[in-house]
Amino acid sequence: MTSVDNQPLTYPFNSPDNLELDDRYAELRNRTGMPRVSLPYGESAWLATRYDDVRAVLGDRRFSRAEAAAHDEPRLREGRQNSGILSMDPPDHTRLRVLVSKAFTMRRVEALRPKVCELSESMVRAMVAGGAPADLVDAMALPLPVQVICELLGVPVEDRPLFRRWSDNALSTSSLTAEQFSASREELRDYMRSLVDLKRREPSDDLMTALIEARDVDDKLSEIELIDLCNSILIAGHETTATQIPNFVLYLVGDGASWQRLHNDPDLVPAAVEELMRVVPLGIGGGFPRYALEDVQVGGTLVRQGDAVVVSIASANRDPERFDNPEVFEPSRDTSGHMGFGHGAHHCLGAQLARMELQEALRSLTGIVPTLQVRDVEWKTEMIVRGPKKLMVGW
Amino acid sequence: MTWKIEISDACIGSGMCAAIEPDEFELESGYARTKSGSVEPRDSFLDAADSCPVSAITVTDAQTGKEIGPR
Repeated sequence: MTSVDNQPLTYPFNSPDNLELDDRYAELRNRTGMPRVSLPYGESAWLATRYDDVRAVLGDRRFSRAEAAAHDEPRLREGRQNSGILSMDPPDHTRLRVLVSKAFTMRRVEALRPKVCELSESMVRAMVAGGAPADLVDAMALPLPVQVICELLGVPVEDRPLFRRWSDNALSTSSLTAEQFSASREELRDYMRSLVDLKRREPSDDLMTALIEARDVDDKLSEIELIDLCNSILIAGHETTATQIPNFVLYLVGDGASWQRLHNDPDLVPAAVEELMRVVPLGIGGGFPRYALEDVQVGGTLVRQGDAVVVSIASANRDPERFDNPEVFEPSRDTSGHMGFGHGAHHCLGAQLARMELQEALRSLTGIVPTLQVRDVEWKTEMIVRGPKKLMVGW
Repeated sequence: MTWKIEISDACIGSGMCAAIEPDEFELESGYARTKSGSVEPRDSFLDAADSCPVSAITVTDAQTGKEIGPR
């Protein structure tokens, strides 16, 4: 083992137009200590690549998200995302999270499953009926999670073309200047404000109405927190799932007989979704750095108070110290403890919803289209999540 | 009044509870466990029960056995 030299490595390692994981991660996992990395903007940071180190950073309150606002946070784009639930620490973070978590419990999610199953099957059938080739993103991967989150939150599904643009902008890396980034965020806020005003006059049975009540009746959150929370739920509630569906398809079709295996044995689907969450490296890396509130030892490195740490979940999920033959997709393996939904205070709020949607999407696709082939992929190129913008398929 | 805190087998070790209430919850071999299981009432225990992504935490009144959380 060699020690890590001081020159910061240029990060992220991977380009956005594929689902590869750079070989340097495996190399760095084997070195003592953590390397320094330099992102396109902001100060340099430590990079955690080992499973234990990533878990330690994400699960430790001495590593703060809120503190990033006081620093020149390492980031992929010029504009800064310094508001919203992902920029908060407990107990402030907990106050908001509790308000939303009830809508995403396993019980609530399971109640939605029959409807999501029906929706997913009808979208896949319509895609097949329309003839090959078809864009799987446009036919189901995007409209399915959009419809689910819109109904749950209380956003008109017809507004999809509107908020898609703001959502793309919120997750983009390099296409926008800082001014354009904040202008887009303000447009999205104005849109959400108008919906909130409407719901105030005409309450209905959805999450937005429940959050408005929490604000107006119980004073649990401020108006801007309410607006930003709704925006986060809308964006995070569809973008990641919409990206993982085509990623999973791409991965399975490219992985020998895996697609056929799921077609033959649909009971494998839930385990396959967990294994895909582990093995598919969704994030480009470098998002949401944590700041040390005091000196903390991590993976052989003394992280000083005020230092930033970036974690690679994709690398942690392929750490051979934690998962045997980590590069291999094997739905029968024990995937418990994978960090595909993150870890600690910011563990994905919608994990149960995402799981259910991914399961139903995969079940209907492998069930209805056993001979699915990938014809062409057009990648998202400037986003913090990697995945196809278009996935042309045939059968 | 005392509350009883229990964690079921549904636990996936998300670390949410330990992040919210580190005085009572900790991760052991990847899963959550309580440090005492019997606590003085405090809102943060209910917050932890509410926030658990798999609803694995229950809070009950130790005297009456009545379930208090998740809310």
